[in-house]
Amino acid sequence: MPRWLAKTGRQAGSLAATALIGGLLTATLVRNSPGFDADERELDSRLDESSRAMIQAEHGENHNVLRFYVRHMRAMLHGELGVSSSLQAPIGDLIRSRFAVTAEIMAFGLAGGWSAAFALALAAVGNPAWSRFIGVVSVGALSLPSAALAVLVFVVNGPMYTVIALVLFPRLFDYFRNLLEDAYAQPHIVTARAKGLRRSRILFLHVLPGCGPQLLALAGVSASMAFGAAIPVETLGDLPGLGQLAWKAAVARDLPLLVTLTMLITLLTQICNAAADWWGRE
Amino acid sequence: MRSVAAPLLLLLLMASFRYGGSYATQHRDSIDAPPCWRFPLGTDDLGRDRLVRLFDATRISLLFAGAAAMGATLLAAFAGGVAGYAGGWFDQFVVRAIDLLLSLPSLFLLLATRAMMPLNASPVFSLVVTYALMSVLGWLTPARVIRASVRSSRQSEYVLQARAEGCPEGRILLRHILPNLRPILLAQFWTSIPVFILTEASLGFLGLSAGEPFPTWGSLLHELQNPLLARPEAFAPIVAIALFVSYFKTITPWKGSQA
Repeated sequence: MPRWLAKTGRQAGSLAATALIGGLLTATLVRNSPGFDADERELDSRLDESSRAMIQAEHGENHNVLRFYVRHMRAMLHGELGVSSSLQAPIGDLIRSRFAVTAEIMAFGLAGGWSAAFALALAAVGNPAWSRFIGVVSVGALSLPSAALAVLVFVVNGPMYTVIALVLFPRLFDYFRNLLEDAYAQPHIVTARAKGLRRSRILFLHVLPGCGPQLLALAGVSASMAFGAAIPVETLGDLPGLGQLAWKAAVARDLPLLVTLTMLITLLTQICNAAADWWGRE
Repeated sequence: MRSVAAPLLLLLLMASFRYGGSYATQHRDSIDAPPCWRFPLGTDDLGRDRLVRLFDATRISLLFAGAAAMGATLLAAFAGGVAGYAGGWFDQFVVRAIDLLLSLPSLFLLLATRAMMPLNASPVFSLVVTYALMSVLGWLTPARVIRASVRSSRQSEYVLQARAEGCPEGRILLRHILPNLRPILLAQFWTSIPVFILTEASLGFLGLSAGEPFPTWGSLLHELQNPLLARPEAFAPIVAIALFVSYFKTITPWKGSQA
């Protein structure tokens, strides 16, 4: 078997295993939560005993977490993601209809966060005063929860994807600055600068090829952080994306939807990580 | 900056003890009141003094975040310490488990589990469960750091000498390696506090932290779910969170370098 095929197979296996374990972990955590059996519909005084018994029977199907999980996986292998118990709609349709909204917010947010962090880190190299100033701004942004940033952006009527950029920027800035400072201190780059090479030429031909793989290593983590920030952003902005869907599923105790969403997010994060690894190696 | 911030924040905490009133007291004659001499930050839509609630939330959030950070650090010390010291298949197993768990969206897991609390759970119980979950999910990164440190200590000369002199393995771990881990454990502890404060704030904003009327920084942010209708003084918890978290963020590297 060719080596690349074996490697791809290993990576695909690792991706699938992580997603499966992620789904099982969510199902187990949710199943063992103290209030798993509670259903707010049971508080409705109009319901009689038989209706209440039916609601409890619905929960009973999910009592054995392994049985629930195996059933859910088997259905997923047949392309059936199941039906959301709270929204009474096929989970596949829900995800398809909301994926574009989250993808757009995350794409703009990731692009904004990465560009701002990289540009400011580049400007901070060899400029201690600027570096200190941006460092203080970065600590300020790091000290605010993503929900508070979302509130502030909402109040000034800014585009909601800037929240994701603001969440990512301080986390990336420190890392980028240290990486670029190390890269610019390399002897061959010092020589290139001494010889009077243009800054852009040094950056694109000498600095970026050297530290590119380490920069890209953060792609997967950034995607995961961006999704975490997307939950309050979409909830506050009433944007019909996956973050809002996750929040609705959590509030409505919708186990099938929660498990599927966790697996999806885990898979996407892992794919971003694998792609960043591959791109870095290339 | 640290020398100025520390006494100021301490003063703020002390003042919070002196400022009277209960966080649940409702002043029905002053509902949604603007800031005045009696209520410096006004009242909310139930007539509760915002300043009293903010002071109580500050103490509660700091106390619970500190306890959760302690729990996470102890878990990390145990898992990372034993894995790093034992080595072999157990170490490999712990490393793989940590890598796997780190790749899961922790906020999402927290959201899912926290949402499954009983509908009639008491506010304190729901807050304890929230922070306990943060501890359970928050030990992974510190455990990696601790494991790496224990592995390097295991190869050090003083441990080799202790072993050569017939010192039992448990004693080596407790008397020789653990004291050397103290600076790392302290740094991990200080790093975890702001992380837990920010996570609770995000959960609270989504209505998944302590139940009413118990105040935490997160539950106070819940009022801002409709920010255009909120009064300016309702934004005070954001300022408090930013002040304390930035303080923790600045003391962490300092504590690390001190160690």
